[in-house]
Amino acid sequence: MSTRTARTRDPGTRPVETDSRNLVTAIRQSLPRAAWWAVCVCLAVLFLYPLYVMLSQSLKAPGEAAAAPPTLYPHELSLNNFRALDGDTGIDIVAGAGNSLLVSLGATLATVVLSTVAGYGFARLRFPGSDILFFATLATFMIPFQAVITPLYLLLNNLGLQNSLLGLAAVYTTFQLPFGLFLMRNSFAAVPRSLEEAALIDGCGILKAMVRVVLPVAVPGLITTALLTFFACWNEFFAALILISDQEKFTLPVSLSVLASGNLGSVDWGVLQAGVAVTIVPCVVIYLLLQKYYVGGLLSGAVK
Amino acid sequence: MSAPHRRTLSRAGRRRLAGIAMTSPALAMITLFFFVPLVMMLWMSLHDWPLLGEHHFTGLKNYREALHDTEFRTAVIFTVKYTLITTPVLFVLGLAMALLVRHKRRGARFFQAVYFLPVVVGLASAAFLWLFMFQSDIGPAGDLADHLGLGSRTTNWFAGSTSAMLVVIGMVTWKIVGLQMLLLLTGLRSIPTDAEEAARIDGASRLQTFRYVILPLLRPTLALVLVFSVAGSLLAFDQFYVMTGGGPSNSTITAVYEIYRASFIKFQLGYGSALSALLMIVLAAVSAIQMLLLRSSDH
Repeated sequence: MSTRTARTRDPGTRPVETDSRNLVTAIRQSLPRAAWWAVCVCLAVLFLYPLYVMLSQSLKAPGEAAAAPPTLYPHELSLNNFRALDGDTGIDIVAGAGNSLLVSLGATLATVVLSTVAGYGFARLRFPGSDILFFATLATFMIPFQAVITPLYLLLNNLGLQNSLLGLAAVYTTFQLPFGLFLMRNSFAAVPRSLEEAALIDGCGILKAMVRVVLPVAVPGLITTALLTFFACWNEFFAALILISDQEKFTLPVSLSVLASGNLGSVDWGVLQAGVAVTIVPCVVIYLLLQKYYVGGLLSGAVK
Repeated sequence: MSAPHRRTLSRAGRRRLAGIAMTSPALAMITLFFFVPLVMMLWMSLHDWPLLGEHHFTGLKNYREALHDTEFRTAVIFTVKYTLITTPVLFVLGLAMALLVRHKRRGARFFQAVYFLPVVVGLASAAFLWLFMFQSDIGPAGDLADHLGLGSRTTNWFAGSTSAMLVVIGMVTWKIVGLQMLLLLTGLRSIPTDAEEAARIDGASRLQTFRYVILPLLRPTLALVLVFSVAGSLLAFDQFYVMTGGGPSNSTITAVYEIYRASFIKFQLGYGSALSALLMIVLAAVSAIQMLLLRSSDH
C-alpha cells in the first residue's frame, strides 16, 4: 500500500509504471480465462480420445490394425474391417445389429403405446385403487432387474419365450415401462383439464378426446420415452447375454463379446472396433439430433 | 330428475371402466414379467433347483450356504471395494467439472456437450473399446503412455487385479462422469445467485462461499448423485464380464457376476435366487436411504 502511494507521488516514473502494471493486470486477468480454456480443452481431448481410437482403428487396413506398436492414425484408409462384419470372422455382426434393431424398435413401440395409454388412464381416468397400482409400478424402481433374471429365465422357458427375440423384447418393455408410465402420466397431468372437457362436451369419446386433444400436448414426453427406451435396449447386455442362447439370435453387444473373447481364434481388433463403431455411432448421432429430449428425460428420471 | 343423475353416474362409471381397461395391459405386463418372477425368486431361493431335473425344498439352506461361501464373500468384498473407489472418483470429478462449466461463458455449453457425449455410449461397447485401448503391445493407451514416458507399452494391464480394476474404473469414469456433471449442474443452477453474491459481498472467499453456501444448498443433488453411483457400482457386471472375464484368477468377480455364475454357469438356480434375494435387500436399502435423504432435505 505505502509503496503504491509513494510511486504515484513520483511523477517521473509514473507513465512507465502504469504501463507495465496494466500489462501485468491484463495478464493476471486473462490468466484464469486462459487456464480455464486450457483445462477444458485438455479434458475435451481426454473425453474424445477413446472415440478417436475407435474410429481410427476401425478405418485401418487389417494388417495395420494388428500392428504393434499401433499407428497413431490410419496410414491407409480402408473399409475392410466394416466389410468383414458380415460373418468373415465367424460371427455375423451385421445380423447382430439387425437383431438389436428389431428388439429395440419392438420394445420401444410397445413401451410407448402401453405407457401412453396407461399413463393417460393413471392421470385422468382414476378408479378405485389406481393410485396404489401406480405406486406399485414405481416400486419396481427400487428392485434391480438383475435380481429377477434367474426366475425370469425359467419363466420365459416355460412360456416358450426363452431364446427368442420376442421374449427379449417383452422383458425390455417390462423394464422400461415403469419409467415410461411415470413420464407419460406426468405429461398428461400437466395438460389443462379444461382442454379435455371441452372436447368431451363437443361430443368426443374418451379415446377420441385423448388422441385428438391431449396427446399432441404430450408429444415431448412421448419422444423422450421412445428415445430413452431405444437407447437402453440397444445397449443392453446382461439380459441379452442370458436370455438368448443361439448365436444367430444374438444382439449386437453380445455378438461383439463373441468376437472379443477370441473363441474363434485370435481377436481381430480392427473388426471389433468396427463393430463397436456400429454400436456407438448411431447413439451419438441420435443424441446430437435430439439432445433436448434426451437430457430432459434423464433429468426428470433422476429426480423421480 | 333421476334420469340425468343416473346418466352422470354412468359417465363416471364409464370413465372408471376406461381407466381400468387402459391401464391393465401395462399392469399385466409388469405383473407377468416382474412381480411373478419376484415371487418366484423368493420361492426358488428356498429350494435346491437345478436347471434340469427335480427340485426339492431345502428351507434356508441356500442362505446359510451363501453366508459361508468364500467365493461369494470374495465377490461381495470386491464389489464393495470397487464401489468405494468408484463413487468418490466420480463424485469429485463430476463436481469439479460441473463447477468448471457452470458459468454461461463462451465455450461452456460446447464443453458440457463433449463431456456428456460418452454417457450415450453403451457400457458394454465402452468396455470393448477400452479393452482394446489397454491391450499390451497393440493398445493405443499404452503406446501413448510410452511416448509420454509415463509407462511401457508392454504392460499387461489385465494381468493384475488392481491394474485391471483401475482400467475398468477409468472406463466407467469416462462413460458416467458426464451424467454426474449434468445432475450437479442442474443442482447448481437451482441455487439462487443472490445467495452466492451476498456471501461474496460479505467478504467470503471463493472457497468459503463454496464450503458454506453452495455445498449445503446442493445437498439434495449430492445425495442423489451419490446414491446413483453407489447403486450402479454395486450392480456392476458388463464392464468386468467384457474386460476382465472375472480374472485374473477370479479376483474381479462382482456380486451380480457371482449370481450369473451360480445360475447360468453352474445352473444352481435355487442358489442363484438366494444370492439375488440378498442383492435385492441391499439395493432396496440403498434406494430407501436415497428416499430418506431426498425427503429430509426437502424441509
